[in-house]
Amino acid sequence: MRHQLRVNPIACTGHGMCAELLPEIIKLDPWGYPILAAPDVPRHLLEHARRAVDACPTLALLMDEVSSKHR
Amino acid sequence: MSFSLHGPGLWYATRATGLVTLLLLTGSVLLGVLTAGRFASERWPRFLTVGLHRNLSLMAVAFLALHVGTTVVDTYTSIPLTAAFIPFSSSYKTIWLSLGAVACDLLLALVITSLVRNRLGHRTWRRVHWIAYACWPVALAHGLGIGTDRSTIWVFALTVCCVAMVAAAATWRFVTGARAGAR
Amino acid sequence: MTAIAVSPGRAPGVRLPRLLAGISSYQPTGLVGHEQMYGPVPLPSRPAGRRRPGRSRAGGLVDLVDRSGLTGRGGAGYPTGKKMRSVIAVPGRAVVVANGCEGEPASAKDRLLLTRLPHLVLDGITLAAQAVAADEAYLVVHGREADLLASLEDAIMEREMLGIDPVPIILAGVPNRYVSSEQSAIVQYLNGGPGRPTFSPPRPHERGVKGRPTLVNNVETLAHLALIARYGDRWFRAIGQPSAPGSTLVTVSGAVARPGVYEIEMGTPIGQVVMLAGGPSERLQALLIGGYFGGWLPAEVAWQVPMTHAGLRAAGGAMGAGMVIALPDTACPLAETARVISYLAEESADQCGPCMFGLPALADVLIDLAYQGGRSRAVDQIGSLIPLIEKRGACRHPDGATQLVRSMLRAFPGDADWHDQQGPCYGVRRPPLLPVPPDDEREWGWT
Repeated sequence: MRHQLRVNPIACTGHGMCAELLPEIIKLDPWGYPILAAPDVPRHLLEHARRAVDACPTLALLMDEVSSKHR
Repeated sequence: MSFSLHGPGLWYATRATGLVTLLLLTGSVLLGVLTAGRFASERWPRFLTVGLHRNLSLMAVAFLALHVGTTVVDTYTSIPLTAAFIPFSSSYKTIWLSLGAVACDLLLALVITSLVRNRLGHRTWRRVHWIAYACWPVALAHGLGIGTDRSTIWVFALTVCCVAMVAAAATWRFVTGARAGAR
Repeated sequence: MTAIAVSPGRAPGVRLPRLLAGISSYQPTGLVGHEQMYGPVPLPSRPAGRRRPGRSRAGGLVDLVDRSGLTGRGGAGYPTGKKMRSVIAVPGRAVVVANGCEGEPASAKDRLLLTRLPHLVLDGITLAAQAVAADEAYLVVHGREADLLASLEDAIMEREMLGIDPVPIILAGVPNRYVSSEQSAIVQYLNGGPGRPTFSPPRPHERGVKGRPTLVNNVETLAHLALIARYGDRWFRAIGQPSAPGSTLVTVSGAVARPGVYEIEMGTPIGQVVMLAGGPSERLQALLIGGYFGGWLPAEVAWQVPMTHAGLRAAGGAMGAGMVIALPDTACPLAETARVISYLAEESADQCGPCMFGLPALADVLIDLAYQGGRSRAVDQIGSLIPLIEKRGACRHPDGATQLVRSMLRAFPGDADWHDQQGPCYGVRRPPLLPVPPDDEREWGWT
């Protein structure tokens, strides 16, 4: 069971909390919007990722469970 | 002072928890405005603002529960539990108590919608959350009107501070929000 | 194009024209002329009184479309049969949307079809609606095209009087913005929202207009559908390439003797397409294929490249919606690109940060590079901006822009270096070539 992050770019207004809470995966571009280094979330960062998803003020950060069979 | 269901002990508790609830709500409103305003500094990350906002709001609910509890249990005034949620259901200082009930209902709406935000969707949640700007003044009016501590200097000063801060924060929010325009 | 227009079905030896066989120089082809040339729309008769909610009757036309190899003519080139099947696979009554917006300023083919051969498109809509069991159908254009809407209304009414279309076709006009012609923007507009792209999932074929599975097709694709339904898949495949069959409409403009819309076989070498349009009117340095979401190719490289999606991708370009713009030696490709990117930046829906901030930043650097000289860092700045912009929006608007800029750097490395280090070339003084709608024809803001 893999977990993948993605950003809804329309909902995102560049608050930047995700980058503060998950700097290993999320960095901010010069305009304050998140760049995901890779969509996959390693197991040891799963809790941090959940916290980042929860902290987003506009619910723009999404995490999907992807079964290993697909892609 | 021994604890009893009779006498001034519970009354002090009601007033104290009420005041603390108002202070916590004030803090929550300020942090909410700071969240929307994307405040951040080197030592103060944004997730701290939103995290504190959440925690203060939940603490406010806890103290509100104590405030309601001590009021209801106090046998000096016979205020039923329903008066905490339904306006005009108590004969004791009806108007001011009703304001408290309204503030309580609004706060519960704010907190519950925030707890189920993920299921509600951002747009609905946001529309409901604007009532925070109604909840705080109603709570304040309840506290002032119910009248027990109006004359105490330090309570009065504290209240004035809270009003000043929320007024400033709300003004700033609406002015910068209007300038940013609808996206 | 042959001088004598013969009905495609009656002259198997004639390769072209097909879509444009019924076109008249003077006026729109009315219903009578249309049926004289192509025959009536071949709707299979329904068993009276039976309305089956399922899609098991889909078989016929969708199989035909699959076998014909028809791909979308709106720019993406997605197999049409596959698209129809994906709509059918989702339970519920479907909706058909014909996209006639043609947001690209340099494209005129959809406009040609809608003004001169509306009944081909309307036939296509009706056939598609029958194939995916839709009970609602829309034909969408930009709302400011009052004349176009009026003439389409006339055509629809002609058919209504004879009861030709089982599903009534509803006309809709979207805002006059570039992004409003994107399929999710159209769906949102038809749902009562602003004409801006939406976040997907869900895609229109899963949940579109009124939450129902929605088939969105370009009007030219539907016109081809109308002929495939009449003459079959083998007829369609008789011209073109095995992997890219049939004919397609291209809009040729720029430094050519006879700019206009032409019908060609898929796979025609680009040089031949330019010759069809009368050949170059000046010496050419490059060609812009696929419009503003397409790519630049140097003239010598482009000349042999076949006009197919795969062929152009292999050459480092893109076919898009079949536009060919010829750039003469006297023009500056950097200046032209800079103007186009400025236009695209202004046309951002302003929903996603990377597009809203990134495109104007990119446009600024390009304008500096083209008109002021890059101070030896513009090319690097462009290189670092592009990855911050592409694939970070909800729609393909920023990607189209970055693709154009990438192709510019690839096709004109010498010009880019020259401008970066020495300054603007003489070509920037030439009057602009790539069309950008004038300000008073554009809409600003969102209602």
